[in-house]
Amino acid sequence: MSTLTLTPTAVSTDVASDPLLDFRNVAMQFPNGTVALSGVDLTVKRGEFVTVVGPSGCGKSTLLRIASGLENASEGTATLATKRIGYVFQDATLLPWRTVQSNVELLAELNGQPKKARAAKARAAIDLVGLSGFEQNLPKELSGGMKMRTSLARSFTLDPELFLFDEPFGALDEITRERLGDELLRIFVEQQFAALFITHSVAEAVYLSTRVVVMSGRPGRIVDTFEVPFEHPRDPDLRFTPEFAKLCGQVSHALREGHS
Amino acid sequence: MTRTLEATTPKTVNPSRTVATSTSARLRNWGPPLVVFAAIIVVWYAAALYLESLGRTTVLPTPHRIVIDSFLPTDGGRPITTDLLRALWLSTEVALIGLAISIVIGIGWAVLMSQARWIERSLFPYAVFLQCVPILALVPLIGTTLGYSFESRILVCVLISLFPMVSNTLFGLQAVERSQRELFKLQGASRFTVLTKLQFPNAMPAIFAGMRISAGLAVVGAIVGDFFFRRGQPGLGILINNYASRVQTPELFAAIITAAILGVAIFLIFGLIGRLAVGRWYEPAS
Repeated sequence: MSTLTLTPTAVSTDVASDPLLDFRNVAMQFPNGTVALSGVDLTVKRGEFVTVVGPSGCGKSTLLRIASGLENASEGTATLATKRIGYVFQDATLLPWRTVQSNVELLAELNGQPKKARAAKARAAIDLVGLSGFEQNLPKELSGGMKMRTSLARSFTLDPELFLFDEPFGALDEITRERLGDELLRIFVEQQFAALFITHSVAEAVYLSTRVVVMSGRPGRIVDTFEVPFEHPRDPDLRFTPEFAKLCGQVSHALREGHS
Repeated sequence: MTRTLEATTPKTVNPSRTVATSTSARLRNWGPPLVVFAAIIVVWYAAALYLESLGRTTVLPTPHRIVIDSFLPTDGGRPITTDLLRALWLSTEVALIGLAISIVIGIGWAVLMSQARWIERSLFPYAVFLQCVPILALVPLIGTTLGYSFESRILVCVLISLFPMVSNTLFGLQAVERSQRELFKLQGASRFTVLTKLQFPNAMPAIFAGMRISAGLAVVGAIVGDFFFRRGQPGLGILINNYASRVQTPELFAAIITAAILGVAIFLIFGLIGRLAVGRWYEPAS
């Protein structure tokens, strides 16, 4: 395992600390009148991996865009307690003319970090996501999974305290998706960041999270919240246990209820 | 913990693979057009010989007559190669200078328009206007106001070749994915940073495509300009005009072929420059 940690590993008592992300009664109405979110209360603390599941168009992505500051909520307050945010987009959003190394360096470069420091940071992040040896490859030479790894590595270079994931594995095949989920969990256990993860896969939500939040269809409201009791690190075979299946069933049920 | 990785060994792009396939690929690419070329020559000969049998020798000379009479030095007749080469050089110079100016103005114009919606709305109609106005109609006006000098020839080239640079560059600058733009926005990147690190590299393939089209148009401009600006050193257009009026048919064909070769060469060179610049990373949507 990589011995390098990009952020100081937090002790578990930190879990009780103040939330890094705090949504109070957040609503979002777009200028065209569409109500995307209504009355959302949500907090994410360090060491929490919160997943939001909901039908398409329920405003899950809007939730992330408000959290990141890309959009402003039309009602309520969204408070961020950190500036170190990692945003992972639905697609890998790599710049095709840059190599893996240079793509991973991009954010540090935009923040004006000196060349040497950002190169070292990028190498560590590339190692963390298991892409060592591919530093000089161009995006067009990478598979979908490797592109997403590069995108993950890029977001790690800023030592984020809070990660925002917008269905990052949605475009990948199931095997790659589960593998990347395992990798992400491994890094999560190592670094204990806070994560807000959007997905429409119930199994992915339950497997990754410490808490699953179920949203209803438009306008998006939180209809139910499930604490996920499974210990970290999680075994990939957890997916095949009855307890796991049962929790997935409950989440799916809540989804259906919220949808109707 | 075991780390299962889909990729554990470095993959390098094998350059020999592209070399190995290139022979058959070259045959596939060049074979069919060469066959068509051979067919054209055959038809040409047939037509030329038929016309010759009717006694109309000046209409269509046979291909070898053009080569012998025009391109090869002979004892009897005066080879026109020297005249052709001098005219070729002048026309190339005019075309390349015109193209260079078009590239600079076109990219600058597009960058300006990409900065704000209102600038684009104010300036884009004039780019379209330039494209719609028959430049040939303007040429006499250019002649009477600016004279019939070298500069006027270049101005015609610029006017003809500017639009593809403007429209292609603008398209490339604006064709940035929303998520990529937001990636930069999340880091608080300045407008200038977004332009230089995101929009401009992203526009490179479109800019080079535009450059290739403009290069072809610049050659057209250089030759067409000659028809109007007949003072000073003769370019290819003036030669073509002279040979046509003197019914020197083989020489006329030689001049036309030289002009065609110039156009094709410039087109190919700019295609090559484009591939060298962006082919490494650019994947055209197939």
